[in-house]
Amino acid sequence: MSNNYRLSTGGQISRSEPILFKFNGKTFRGFKGDTLASALLSNGIHLVGRSFKYHRPRGIFTSGVEEPNALVQIIKDQGKTDPNLRATQIEIYEGLNATSQNCWPSVKFDFGSINNFFSPIIPAGFYYKTFMWPASFWEKVYEYFIRKAAGLGKSPTKKDPDIYDHSYHHCEVLIVGAGPAGLVAAKVAANAGKKVLLVDERPNFGGNLNFSNSDYNKINGLKPLEWIKKTCLELQNNKNIKILNRTSVAAYHNYNYLIMVQNLTDHLSDKNKIGKIRQRLWKVRAKKVILATGSIERPMIFDCNDRPGIMLSSAVRKYINTYGVKCGNNISIFSNNDDAYETAITLHNKGVKIKSIIDIREKSDGTLPKKCIELGIKIHWKSAVIYTEGYKKINKIHVMQLSKDNSSVIGRKLKIDCDLLCVSGGYTPAVHLFTQSGGKLDYDEKKHYFFPTKNTLSQISIGSCNGTFGLKNIISESQEKTREFLNIKEVEQLSVLEPKSGDFENIWLLPSNKISGKTKSFVDYQNDSTANDIKLALREGFKSIEHVKRYTTTGMATDQGKIANMHALGIISEITNTKLGELGTTTFRPPYSPITFGALVGRNVGQFFDITRKTPIHDWHEKNNAKFEDVGQWKRAWYYPSEKENMHDSVQRESKAARTSAGILDASTLGKIDIQGSDASEFLNRIYTNAWGKLAIGKCRYGLMLNDDGMVYDDGVTTRLDENHYIMTTTTGGAATVMGKLEDFLQTEWPELKVYLTSVTDHFATISVCGPNSKKILEKVTQSIDYSDSNFPHMSFKNGLIDKIKCRVMRISFTGELSYEINVQANYGQSVWKKCMAAGKEYGITPYGTEAMHLLRAEKGFIIVGQETDGTVTPVDLQMDWIVSKKKYDFIGKRSLYRSDTMREDRKQYVGLLTNDPKEILEEGAQIVAEVKNKPPMNMIGHVTSSYYSPNLNKSIALAVVKNGKNLKGKKLYVPMPNKTIEVIVSDTIFLDKEGKRLNA
Amino acid sequence: MLIIKCPYCGERDHSEFSYGGEAHIIRPKQPTELSDDQWAEYLFMRKNIKGIQYERWNHSHGCRRWFNMARDTSNDKIHSVYKIGEKPSN
Amino acid sequence: MKKKYSIFALIKNSLSYHENWQRAWRDAEPKKEYDAVIVGGGGHGLATAYYLAKEHNLKNIAVVEKGWIGGGNTGRNTTIIRSNYLWDASAGLYDHALKIWENLSQELNYNVMFSQRGVMNLAHNQHDVRELKRRTHANRLNGIDCEWLNVEQVKKFCPIINCSPDIRYPVMGSTLQKRAGTARHDAVAWGYARGADSMGVDIIQNCEVKGIKRKGDAIEGIETTKGFIKTQKVGVVAAGHSSVIANMAGLKLPLESKPLQALVSEPIKPVIDTVVMSNAVHAYVSQSDKGELVIGAGTDAYISYTQKGTHEIIEGTLKAILELYPIFSRLRMLRQWGGVVDICPDASPIISKTSIKGLYFNCGWGTGGFKATPGSGHLFAYTIAKDEPHSLNAAFNINRFVSGDLVDEHGAAAVAH
Repeated sequence: MSNNYRLSTGGQISRSEPILFKFNGKTFRGFKGDTLASALLSNGIHLVGRSFKYHRPRGIFTSGVEEPNALVQIIKDQGKTDPNLRATQIEIYEGLNATSQNCWPSVKFDFGSINNFFSPIIPAGFYYKTFMWPASFWEKVYEYFIRKAAGLGKSPTKKDPDIYDHSYHHCEVLIVGAGPAGLVAAKVAANAGKKVLLVDERPNFGGNLNFSNSDYNKINGLKPLEWIKKTCLELQNNKNIKILNRTSVAAYHNYNYLIMVQNLTDHLSDKNKIGKIRQRLWKVRAKKVILATGSIERPMIFDCNDRPGIMLSSAVRKYINTYGVKCGNNISIFSNNDDAYETAITLHNKGVKIKSIIDIREKSDGTLPKKCIELGIKIHWKSAVIYTEGYKKINKIHVMQLSKDNSSVIGRKLKIDCDLLCVSGGYTPAVHLFTQSGGKLDYDEKKHYFFPTKNTLSQISIGSCNGTFGLKNIISESQEKTREFLNIKEVEQLSVLEPKSGDFENIWLLPSNKISGKTKSFVDYQNDSTANDIKLALREGFKSIEHVKRYTTTGMATDQGKIANMHALGIISEITNTKLGELGTTTFRPPYSPITFGALVGRNVGQFFDITRKTPIHDWHEKNNAKFEDVGQWKRAWYYPSEKENMHDSVQRESKAARTSAGILDASTLGKIDIQGSDASEFLNRIYTNAWGKLAIGKCRYGLMLNDDGMVYDDGVTTRLDENHYIMTTTTGGAATVMGKLEDFLQTEWPELKVYLTSVTDHFATISVCGPNSKKILEKVTQSIDYSDSNFPHMSFKNGLIDKIKCRVMRISFTGELSYEINVQANYGQSVWKKCMAAGKEYGITPYGTEAMHLLRAEKGFIIVGQETDGTVTPVDLQMDWIVSKKKYDFIGKRSLYRSDTMREDRKQYVGLLTNDPKEILEEGAQIVAEVKNKPPMNMIGHVTSSYYSPNLNKSIALAVVKNGKNLKGKKLYVPMPNKTIEVIVSDTIFLDKEGKRLNA
Repeated sequence: MLIIKCPYCGERDHSEFSYGGEAHIIRPKQPTELSDDQWAEYLFMRKNIKGIQYERWNHSHGCRRWFNMARDTSNDKIHSVYKIGEKPSN
Repeated sequence: MKKKYSIFALIKNSLSYHENWQRAWRDAEPKKEYDAVIVGGGGHGLATAYYLAKEHNLKNIAVVEKGWIGGGNTGRNTTIIRSNYLWDASAGLYDHALKIWENLSQELNYNVMFSQRGVMNLAHNQHDVRELKRRTHANRLNGIDCEWLNVEQVKKFCPIINCSPDIRYPVMGSTLQKRAGTARHDAVAWGYARGADSMGVDIIQNCEVKGIKRKGDAIEGIETTKGFIKTQKVGVVAAGHSSVIANMAGLKLPLESKPLQALVSEPIKPVIDTVVMSNAVHAYVSQSDKGELVIGAGTDAYISYTQKGTHEIIEGTLKAILELYPIFSRLRMLRQWGGVVDICPDASPIISKTSIKGLYFNCGWGTGGFKATPGSGHLFAYTIAKDEPHSLNAAFNINRFVSGDLVDEHGAAAVAH
């Protein structure tokens, strides 16, 4: 038997461009323009995959996006392999290497098919009823084997080398689908001057008209292909329209926001893929949307309707007309409508033998059935296929007559040999996008489909997705509805020739001569859910369609029910005797067809995952071997190890230098807010817990900010630059939210206050120089500032100059040392830093990072918001009662401090901890108990918030919050670690220089 | 994703805005005179309406102005936007 | 009593082509009066009814459900179960649930497929490390299994995580709770429904509550789309719609209902045998027994009852997924969906009496209620039956918002909200 199923002429493939590709290790030939499916079929291959549950052999069933069976893995290398692609959508290219999935050792001989043998005892939901004994076996034994069987294709194991892109698009009219309806609408819209975007998921336009029989369908006297070509050419030459093929609309969101994915290179040869973007995600905002998404042909549900060689009738017509491929030599057709007769005539005219047509209808008065009779094709009216034979390929069908009411089959069983069975169960409008957008459906009891009705967006559906069938109707509806929708006066009229069509009749589940328990009538092919599974679910009380779907997994395969859902609903409606309109549908969830994570993420991978904020001095830190830590989006210098140092050594050295001579810190990341206006002082009064009215010009003050729930939110030093001018600093992480909060209060609660806020975080570089020699260094760096204590005391500020550059110098300290903070315009930051380094050289000035800064402030017991606090700590808990004004009538958070829980005396309070062994450093986050027990649970009374080894005190120190801590000073507590328990003594939070002498050293 | 008409800037994409919760909850002028219950009502209790809700939005990636919006939370349809201090138009 | 499920029952029923299976639960119509009515037929509500019947000897109970049971967040979540919470109260609550999970399939004779494959919480900065270690220590002293993994151990336990120091936010360690894992979400609702039904609980679907009838400060009954139902005890477990029911009773709750989204990939052969969560690089992922990667996204900031979130949230989540698992770039999103989650200001739930006698609320589970299902039902049943909280849910009363004694679990609640 010849394996060549390619006709010698015809089709839209490029016969001068043969392409070699691999399937399951063997090399085959196809032509440019082929899909993997058409190329395989041309080589006589139907068997492509195995089903998920029973591993039944499955063949190519469709010709497009709805394919449930023919899934393959494309292999290139470890980083570039694609699981679960549909052979019906893959355009072949030189170098294509595809394999079958979910089978071992091969698709022809698959051990997994043993499941088919067990199928009688593993119906829908069987796993809920077993694998429970013994309890310990679930994960180790049962689930272990279930997971072995899980999945279809395989994930790549290396990083994806391809790049993906995002694009934004705005248009007046988006038209989804370039079948006859979409093309007509596009022409009408573009000719009227509208800015149009027309997209279609397929490489070629024209939809199903593309492979219609040209003897029976004509537009303006043109054959379908001629009309499509002419129309496309006109559109391409119209400047108002942008056209995208291979572009699938994935999601239709509220406010006409649509997400689509364009495939740019998957169809190209490996060589031509190089350097190109693989896929582009389009985000489209359209003023108006026209859905012309077409319809999907339905299968027929009967016993063993899943064998390779059973295909949708429209797919068979497409393969022969578009690709010149006949899918069999001896063909039967099973139908309930006239459309399948077009397939029959097409095949017949191309010399392929039509053995028989089985039609559930009594008759049809359509043009095409009449023609078939003329051609001498045998038609079995009022009959049904009840069974098929052939394990890896169909070879026989069993046919019986239907009873008058279609509820049973009668008469003699007829066995007909065939190598292909075309099935046609009518068409289901593709309403996916319409319902995603919030549109409502109605059910047409006569025509047996759901169709769009109400929607709230500026949108219409036209053509078969709107339930309009027949070329004439589709074209006139598209013209008229588009004209009306876009408010266009006149459109060119088109004359259409189409065959007269007979009525369509529908039986959701065909009767069988067997008892139903013995049949396997597949509804969801990929997931192997059968009509009996649906019946079982209903019998067990799973009545809602969502329950049936979840219990049987119908509609949950990779085609998301494009083939299965209508019949599942139909069967449920018949069995429960509920009208389909009342039953409704399951939710159509995005995406319409699967989209790669890569396309969804676009360029936002690797270094573009998130913004990296760097200070103006960053380069210097990098050159000087700084290690960085991530603080929000900022990179902050963490410590500066010399070649031989580890982190501990480096931090110890830096901390020591800051206290013995001079240290320098890049504090540019601190949030800075410029506050101006005649009510600025009053504003600060309301924002901070302490009083601000009396702060003199030129002075600085530390402030604590609460949320209205009374919990510490942020802190920092604010300086009064002038009568009505303050500069506030915030924590690095809190800068943006503090700014937002201040603006919020100002605009919405206190609009009467005259205050203006400007975030200046990025406008200033902040350099902190501390240590006993800091004053001498500052004197060298700045001009015109008198650094005497009397002129420039602690917590004050001076304007100054560094050469000609203006600077602000604050004498404030987060280390407890004599300390100055220089603020200069950001772009001078690095040169001022270098100036400080040069000036401090004689004193051994040492750059220190955030780790040493944390250590130094811990020696002084200064809190870090977010470390000592966690959103559950009040200023009173921090023993900072001194900063909470009792006199102020109100400030944000005040009222909350007087609730029953926040007033408790034994709340967790801020304390210091010292270990017995000065070398023992507690772990940050370690929990504290008063009483150690042999085993948990133990009553935890607090935790370690900060912990360091202090080189200045030569011992470890720690900060903590402990229940009733302020009354426990000197008491012994315990820190139980996994391998030991550490004794600690509660101490003051200030470990060094309690009197604050060093500030004026 | 919504399209929001900022009363100061006009129609902009949702991604330029941030949400600020239920509107017209006025911060008490004399918090100290409230009972704990009354204060909790202000701080935490929310209508959380399914239907038309009056809510606050901020054009945070634009003019940074706060404004109010009437939106149906059952379908995300925006019925009106209005400035702080104003009443909804319908 | 229900006939027992087992492999033998499956074999036996296969002989009659599975045509003789019993209904898992009856489709009940409401009686005139019940001793207690549970509003909301999700996992929590059905579990509440189950334990009311089983442990509190209440026989005349109904569960009323607006749609179909398990159709809300029970059937929409990413099925993660863990108990590694920070505060004693939460640890007690969630570990109580975890202990019930460990034997739930046997208890219900319904395989809920609780799979203790472990849950990791990754740290990406110093702050994460400190906070996660704090939780690890707290868990250990509360008797909850939890370990700290350094980067090498992370790599070993879950090799596909990108542990390179060169990524934007490198992995700096992780907690691991080995007893944690996932379960089959639908099965939990169905299993509890079957169990409750067999003890006589009426499960009434397609029955929406339209009003709460009070006599003074006490409950008299509920108005529903299927008529008035008289009862003196109403337990509301309506998740995202809790405020809607509360408003009917003239109450306000400290809740905001927001869209939360999730998605799955197409099924692939197993590549990840645990659950990995990351707060800083916001993404969490596990792989179902069918092979789909189950990925949880975040909430949108605004209130919405549409069960739809914005595309940008999905995009942000997948961005984080590819940061941690660059090998997933060519995999494809099969399905995305949303739910409505009711979020409390302190990211902890409410299981509480109210100011109205006989009206109880179980809500505020935010983004993580599934894991608590059995414990939540168990404790809520106790609270309803005894008219006082169990010691394990005493801290989760509504009054905490007045006193200020919140249970702040923002750090442990996994999704930044």
